[in-house]
Parts: sequence; C-alpha cells; structure tokens
Amino acid sequence: MSELMPKVDGIAEVEIEKTTGPWRDAWRSFRKSKIAVAGMLIVLFFVLLAVLGPVLAPEGINDQSHTDRLQPPSSAHWMGTDDLGRDILSRVIHGARISLTVGFASVVLSVIVGSVLGIVAGYYGRWVDMIISRIFDIMLAFPSILLAIAIVAVLGPSLKNALIAIAIINVPNFGRLIRSKVLSIKEEEYITAAKAIGMKDARILFSHILPNSMAPVIVQGTLAIATAILEAAALGFLGLGATPPQPEWGKMLADSKDYLQSAPWTMIFPGLSIMLTVLGFNLMGDGLRDALDPKMKS
Amino acid sequence: MAENPLLKVEGLKKYFPIKKGPLGRVAGHVKAVDDVSFQVMEGETLGIVGESGCGKSTTGKLLMRLLSPTDGTIEFDGKDMTSLTNDEMRKVRRDIQMVFQDPYASLNPRHSIAKILEEPLIVHGIASRKERKEKVKEFLEVVGLSSYHAKRFPHQFSGGQRQRIGIARALMTNPKLIIADEPVSALDVSIQAQVLNLMQDLQKEFKLTYIFIAHDLSVVRHISDRVGVMYLGKLVEIADSEKLYEEPLHPYTQALLSAVPIPDPHYKNEQIIIQGDIPNPADPPSGCPFHTRCPFKMEICTKVTPSLDEKRSGHSVACHLYNDQAGNDIKQLEGSV
Repeated sequence: MSELMPKVDGIAEVEIEKTTGPWRDAWRSFRKSKIAVAGMLIVLFFVLLAVLGPVLAPEGINDQSHTDRLQPPSSAHWMGTDDLGRDILSRVIHGARISLTVGFASVVLSVIVGSVLGIVAGYYGRWVDMIISRIFDIMLAFPSILLAIAIVAVLGPSLKNALIAIAIINVPNFGRLIRSKVLSIKEEEYITAAKAIGMKDARILFSHILPNSMAPVIVQGTLAIATAILEAAALGFLGLGATPPQPEWGKMLADSKDYLQSAPWTMIFPGLSIMLTVLGFNLMGDGLRDALDPKMKS
Repeated sequence: MAENPLLKVEGLKKYFPIKKGPLGRVAGHVKAVDDVSFQVMEGETLGIVGESGCGKSTTGKLLMRLLSPTDGTIEFDGKDMTSLTNDEMRKVRRDIQMVFQDPYASLNPRHSIAKILEEPLIVHGIASRKERKEKVKEFLEVVGLSSYHAKRFPHQFSGGQRQRIGIARALMTNPKLIIADEPVSALDVSIQAQVLNLMQDLQKEFKLTYIFIAHDLSVVRHISDRVGVMYLGKLVEIADSEKLYEEPLHPYTQALLSAVPIPDPHYKNEQIIIQGDIPNPADPPSGCPFHTRCPFKMEICTKVTPSLDEKRSGHSVACHLYNDQAGNDIKQLEGSV
C-alpha cells in the first residue's frame, strides 16, 4: 500500500529461487503444528511395531503357559499375561500389524472404489449420478456398524471379511466427498482450458480433476483409518472379526472381559493401544486438514 | 490483411432450455445467442463488445465448440466445425486456441508452469520430450517471462504474469485463431496496456487472427480492426473500428460510446443514458430487441426484427432508422446526438 511507484509487470522479482510445489507447501505447514507431528509420531511408532512385530515381540502369539496364567505386569511379562498364560505385550505388538493392516487396507479399498464411483457420478452427472448417489444414500441410511455386521454375517466371520465389510461401509463417504469435489472442480476455468486445448476426458479426469480433489480425501482417509480400526475392534469384540488365536486388539478386549476385576491389565493394554492408534491418526488427520485445506495462500 | 475469411459464422444460435418441475419439463429457452452472423478475415482482430449477459462469452465458447450450437454453421478455414465429431474437433483445436478471463482460475494450481505449457504439445503429440522443454522456454521468453520461471507454480506469479502464461499456453500449438474472452478485464489498468501490447506484438510475429471479447470499449478500440456490438444475443452493429467509433449508427452503440470517459476536464458530458434494464433473455421483446430502451423507438420497431444490413461500406447495422421504408433521414439523427 505504501508503494507509490507502480510495479512493472514482467520484470523478474528478486526472490531466492525455491521450487515450492503444492505438496511441499503442505508439508511445511503440517510441520508447524506440534500436535499433528505428535500424532504422526504415534502413528509411525505403531507402523514400526507392525513392521518389526515378530522381531520385537518376546514371545509368540500363542505361546501358552499354564503356570503363568493371569500374571500381573512384571519384569518377565511387562504387560502381564492373560487367562491362557500368553504374554500380553507380545500379543499387543503382533496385534498392531493386524489392526493397521485392517485400517489401511479397508480405507485404501474404499478410497479406490469410492473415487471411481464419485468421479464418474460427478463428472458425467445426469442419470449416472442419480443412480450412484441414490445407492450411496441407501447405504448411509444404515447405521454403519449394523451394515458391517450384516455383511460379515453373510460372508462368514473372519478377519478378511471384516476388512471387506469395513471397506464397503466406508465407500459412500468417500464417494460423496469426491463427487462434491469433482462437481466444483469441473466448473473451474482450467478445466475449460484443458478442454479447449483438445484434451481427452480420461486425461482431464486423471491429470487435472483427480489430483485437485485428493486433499480432502487424504484428510478423510487418515481419519477413516482410525474409525476402521475401531470398527475392526468392535467386530472382533462381537466375535465377527479375527478368529482365535489371532491377537486382534478388539478380540483381546472381548476375551478379557471376564477378568476385568481380577486382572484388569488383560484389558487395559489392548484398549490403550486402540486408543493411542486412533488418537494418533486423528491428530495427524486434523493436522493434514489444516495443512491441505486453506489452499496455498501466498 | 489477406482478404479471405478464416472464420465464417452463419446464423449462430444457442438456446439454453429452462427446466421446471420435478420431471424437468422445458418451460422456455434463454436465447443466449440468437442468430449471429459474421466473418473474420485472416490476420485481423475482431472485437466483440456488449454489456454483461449479452451473449458475447457464449459466442466465444460456441466458436471453440465448448458448447454446441442450437443452430447455425461455423466455418473455419473452409471446414464446417458444427458437423465434426468430437475426435475430429480435437484435431482442429490445435488451430483455435483461447485466452481466458481469469488468470487466477485458468491455470491448474497443482501443475508447474512447464507442465501447463507442455500439455497442449503432449495432447496433440507434437515434438519430442526435449523439443517440448525447449519450446516451453522459448515461449516463456516470447511472452516476456524468463525461462527459469518454468519450474514455478501459478501461485508464485502476479495476475499479469499469469495472463502471460495463459497467452503462452494458447500459442504453444501455433494456432491460427485465438479467441480472447475478456483477457484483460481481471487485470489492473497499468497491466492491461502491457498485455494488450504483448498481444499486438504476438499477432504480428505469429500472424495470428484474434477474436477479442470485452466489455471495455476503449480496450477494444485499442486492439481491434473491426468491432461488433452485441445486445441481448444479437449482433446489432459491426463495422471497421474507426468508423464505429467515429460514427456509431445504432442507438445502443451511441449510448455505449457516450459512456466512455473522455480525459478532458473541459469536455461537456453529453451522455446518453438509456433507461431501464436489459430485458430478460428468456422473454425477449418482440421486434427489435432494443426497442424497450431506445430513444428513437418507432412503430415498426415493436413488430419487425431489423436485419443486420450493410448501410455504409464496411458498416452493417440492424436498425429500422436506416431502413428506407421508414423514411428516416440519417443526418437528422446525427444532429441529435
């Protein structure tokens, strides 16, 4: 405002040459939020557990010892033992792999299916949109966990089917998110410009519309991993997910409910793991939203 | 200026249906572009002016076939574009490019400048990877930027610079015709002149033909060889730039021109203020579309739509005032303005 001289356009401004892409900008602003970084560290910690689980765990998932049943935490068993004398720490560490796999895989599945449906609905509109959107509406009319239970009941209880069920119930969330994003982006002038250049639909969709609609999907995806882990735990708790002796955290909670008073550690540690993972993903998701949402102001 | 038309538009119409009710019953049509005909010679600049909502941008989109016309023909370089399939049309797009109004919205924020400029070449399969990179650098310099800008992203540029990038993108495929839809209206006045001068220089250098859509009469005067004035979806007057500005024939053009500010404090403002609003294009007035606001309205104007006829050499106007049957003297009209 204080400048009296008009700026002459076209003259290269004095600026340190730094290539800043939109993703790099987002990372820079993500890094500024301490809470988000904390969330990311928690997530990284559990990812490490999941990857290195078999190496780190002191015992196997089903090493029973009838002399060591329901032992409180000690130097031998840091998190105590359960009713079959299995080391809870080992089972929690192995459980990280199961929970994270279910979380990631189900969300990736639903993002892929949801993206395709959402893009088709949003870009082509008319009756295609009508059909796809009504299917989403119908699916969203069910309470999600009820729908998951119904799907698992049809497919048969197993971890894989729980994963599929969780993926299916999340599809409409992503589908609607992407559809609405595509609806707004396809009216942008750079899409008209792409058409004017003579670009084909497929290229417009995948090179212009998809990358520009990804930001909210990443945020929603991170948050959905947390819910997916919770849902997997819930299905496990109901006996519709992991089958024994798989050390799924929700299943561990269910198995220990009889010992809540006499041996609370059997419940506390798996529960704490679920809580921490979900918290980590939620904090990271919130940070990502702040970093990606206010689109590149500069 | 070669004397063969590069673009020939005949009876171009675009009606948008107005849908009502749950079943999408068509209740009427918005006549966004209603029977527009004109020609553009190779190497010239045709300006199209009119107030907002008169259909000038829709005309631009129709010429690009971004919208398909309801009726009429568009002949480009001897080919009828309205009958081409989408695939054939894609090939023609090499020769017709567009510069957009909003330089902030017309560049994909996630693509680097290099990628934005390269894309037309990739789409049309022109040049190898290395040649493309060279061409990107070359055209950045052509539009007055530097080759090191290629790595940057759109948000790192000012509006004027972005518009230069938009122009560079339009030039990448060596087009014959460039349709500029209000290319400077989003820019500061100081930068408008720079961009206009750039466009004029490029026209000479690359032998371009421009269709320049704008609402700013002084901008259009600066750049155009011929100017067409649109009102309510119709072309009401078209003439050589000088003739139109010296001696506007249509009452609407006269009113528009009188609204252009004159940089002279002693100039006595004799603005013709037209009454009322632009009529609803879904329900246009009968006869001449301008008769509801025209100070010279006659009986015939409400009944018969005047056709666009050449009344002077190179000066066509659609107005009953100049029709012999009406018996009006043109001199008399000039005296009153």
